[in-house]
Amino acid sequence: MENPILKLKNFNVYYDDVRVVNNIDINFEKNKITAIMGPSGCGKTTLLRAINRMHDFTPNARVEGEILLDNEDLNQMDAINVRRKIGMVFQRPNPFPTMSIYDNVISGYKLNGIKLKKAEQDEIVENSLTKSALWKEVKDTLHKRGSFLSGGQQQRLCIARTLAMKPEIILLDEPTSALDPIATQFIEELFLDLKKEVTLILVTHNMSQAARISNDTAFLYLGDLVEFGKTKRMFTTPENKRTEEYLIGKIG
Amino acid sequence: MNKDRFYKFILSSSVVVLIALVAVILVLLVENSLMSIKEFSYTMFTKNEWDPVQKSFLLISMPFALFLALFLGEYNTSGYIHNFVKSCVELLAGIPSLIYGFWGLFIFVPMIRDAQMYFGVIPYGVGLLTATLILAIMITPYSASLAQEVIRLVPRDLKEASYALGATRLETIRRIIIPYALSGLFAGVLLSLGRALGETMAVTMVIGNSNFIPKDLFSPANTMSSIIANEFTEATDPLHLSALIEIALILFVTTSVINLLGKYIIKKMVIK
Ligand SMILES: Nc1ncnc2c1ncn2[C@@H]1O[C@H](COP(=O)(O)OP(=O)(O)OP(=O)(O)O)[C@@H](O)[C@H]1O
Ligand SMILES: [Mg+2]
Repeated sequence: MENPILKLKNFNVYYDDVRVVNNIDINFEKNKITAIMGPSGCGKTTLLRAINRMHDFTPNARVEGEILLDNEDLNQMDAINVRRKIGMVFQRPNPFPTMSIYDNVISGYKLNGIKLKKAEQDEIVENSLTKSALWKEVKDTLHKRGSFLSGGQQQRLCIARTLAMKPEIILLDEPTSALDPIATQFIEELFLDLKKEVTLILVTHNMSQAARISNDTAFLYLGDLVEFGKTKRMFTTPENKRTEEYLIGKIG
Repeated sequence: MNKDRFYKFILSSSVVVLIALVAVILVLLVENSLMSIKEFSYTMFTKNEWDPVQKSFLLISMPFALFLALFLGEYNTSGYIHNFVKSCVELLAGIPSLIYGFWGLFIFVPMIRDAQMYFGVIPYGVGLLTATLILAIMITPYSASLAQEVIRLVPRDLKEASYALGATRLETIRRIIIPYALSGLFAGVLLSLGRALGETMAVTMVIGNSNFIPKDLFSPANTMSSIIANEFTEATDPLHLSALIEIALILFVTTSVINLLGKYIIKKMVIK
């Protein structure tokens, strides 16, 4: 590991008394795509939501252990600040239906009550939409509702909304599983572009997606981090039996 | 097969009976109020009757109901406190209006009377203010549970998206939840208004029964339904009776329209 931006040490997550993430140690490389894979229910979403402190809203969830963001203890930081530095894109595209495309992109600022000049807003909107490869398609309909867009466009709008906050890390929870193959391919290319600026952590069930775009892969099984390493190496010569079984489709 | 047709017959005849009932009520109301309509045309309402109570109660009741709904739906979604507050709301919503009337008469009226003496106005006790407050207390639980249902319809992933962008609970409520739920909340206000318009007993007991437009909040007044309840037994003159029935007709039509409109808006929101 050359340049980790996020480190988890002895990390556990519990729902009530049930432990669903077991004592994980993992480092996420800066400006890389790390894929998290594993069978359904193994704790991928749970792990992801611990990273931007979304569990603060789940009364029965409890985390234990250390998360360091740039060597700072993330659980001691202000949660709002954490969520601005660590953005999240969800499985189902969820643009705000009451807002225009434009307002969706700057919604993070509006929600946080940050006042911006019109020119600054315009710049952020154009920049974020360009980075999310949506600008050309929507530049003439910026003030229309975002919910009129296609699924893939909506997801790119959600990515733009996240990028607008200039995050260091973006968490992606199966971001293409609700999209068709063409929209998926488009978004995968987008991720490869984006990693120049941000670190991406990608939960996916799609093995070929992980193989195509990720640098590192973590394999979770029943809450344990079974194997973690370079994606290429893991897909060619998995060390663990369970990883191998998952990769050839025996479990999952 | 035969059995099936039998059931179908029973079911459809109850529907027919229900529709007939509505029609009969409407026809009777119209028929019996004809005399009064001819005599006064529609001036009766604009002249010396109005329903300020049911509108001013909204000002007190709606914000309070919204706070309750947000508390139950967003801040305190489970646990002892949630259950306790929720049971209280349900309990309050289930109390018959007569009880509210008594409570108002014995507890509220003396309090208002003291206040009136303090301010140096005629201490009726009963009147517009008292009725408004009673109505507010009665309708709030109903409005709160409607509002809570509407707020529950706001998709979870929108709220999560908002939190994930760094918004606080309050910011999420203001900028995501309320805008999304707005049409439904508006419908909730309409339905509450519809309910309040028909609310008879409690209001009748504390409003003071005066058919003149009240000068101020403390004056005795009347609402449509309280007039009917108060005067029905003593209305011997056919024209008086007919006038009361005309009030009933108007009440029937307004509440129906308000209810239908409110339900329509909520239905549209569910589909969206
Ligand atoms: N709020 C909760 N309360 C209690 N248990 C939960 C809660 N959320 C998730 N779980 C449980 O925790 C375990 C891990 O769930 P999680 O959603 O993290 O799995 P996942 O790996 O993301 O699965 P999938 O691939 O299906 O999305 C599951 O057994 C799930 O039932
Ligand atoms: Mg998941």
